[in-house]
Amino acid sequence: MADTEKIIEIQVLRYRPEQDKEPVLQSFKVPFTDDMSVLQGLQYIKDFLDGTLSFRWSCRMAICGSCGMMVDGKPKLSCKTFLREYYPQGLRVDALAHLPIERDLMVSVEDFVTKLESIKPYIIPKEPRTLEQGEYLQTPQQRDMYEQFSSCINCMLCYAACPQYGLNPSFTGPGILALMHRYNADSRDGGQAERNELGYADEGYWGCTAVGYCSEVCPKGVDPANAINQNKMASAINYFTRFITPGGAEK
Amino acid sequence: MKRSNEPIFWSLFGAGGMLAALIGPALVFITGIAVPFGLIFKPDTMSYAHMLAFSQNWLGKIFVLAVIALFLWHAAHRIHIVLHDFGVHAVTLVRVLCYGGAFVGTVIAAYTLLKL
Ligand code: SF4
Ligand code: FES
Repeated sequence: MADTEKIIEIQVLRYRPEQDKEPVLQSFKVPFTDDMSVLQGLQYIKDFLDGTLSFRWSCRMAICGSCGMMVDGKPKLSCKTFLREYYPQGLRVDALAHLPIERDLMVSVEDFVTKLESIKPYIIPKEPRTLEQGEYLQTPQQRDMYEQFSSCINCMLCYAACPQYGLNPSFTGPGILALMHRYNADSRDGGQAERNELGYADEGYWGCTAVGYCSEVCPKGVDPANAINQNKMASAINYFTRFITPGGAEK
Repeated sequence: MKRSNEPIFWSLFGAGGMLAALIGPALVFITGIAVPFGLIFKPDTMSYAHMLAFSQNWLGKIFVLAVIALFLWHAAHRIHIVLHDFGVHAVTLVRVLCYGGAFVGTVIAAYTLLKL
């Protein structure tokens, strides 16, 4: 069956710092086929309607994490969201919520990257190891402890979903706390004590009020709400037992 | 980074939530439906004399205090965070009203039970 050409209206929130005092909506009529993603719709606009439209993308297959935006008010990867789902009523795309807009659909990633670095997102060996000692061995059960949390692609959709981050950006936020858990829960890692200083603070796990929308919007099946909740329990136990466990009080 | 004191409130919240989930519906059924409608239990199950005797027993006292206090702390925390999620920014006022209310309720319950 030949695809008869359909036209969909895409409203885009524009912000060009040199000419717009504040973000303004601009509407485009885009011809589309059923296999076209929202990202392809934007690319059509850029190629044929308005070359000044700015947005980020790279892999167009839900793995690089650069194309996050609000599609009809919901945080989505635009390459993983299809135009046909919004036909015939049309759709609106905005820059990711809670993050400062740099230009059009591009937000500043500075806060996210600074926080990501601060949690030491790498394995910190428990003790120095020589090459002769060989590789670290891990059982499938040990790997299961962290595997889902290692699927994060740093797309920041969960930051746009999190009301706490929206209210107070000093909160470390869902994705990075989930990554913190990913390293803490790795049997090869010994960096928990260093990371928990942040984890146990108001800016860490305790900034979360268990809304859970982060886990709903994550395109990679990471469950940040679960990571945070597990750590609240551990943090609370540590809070009450730190004076009776050796060396616990200094932590 | 400063260690959060949230574990205190969160633990009371968690304990209250657990207790509420475990016995809340049963309590509503017994005290609000079964006894008033004369189902299952004897009609005088919740008479003043019975309830007084229940609360004069130490285990009874602990049970009543746990139900009242932990439910209150659970509700206080829940209301506090929901208001926070909805962007009510009078943080100190909300905290004082919620946790203060739970605290006062706990003290009154404990004092009353001790005097019985
Ligand atoms: S946890 Fe999920 S939603 Fe959050 S940044 Fe990682 S991949 Fe994106
Ligand atoms: S373009 Fe890479 S995730 Fe969408």
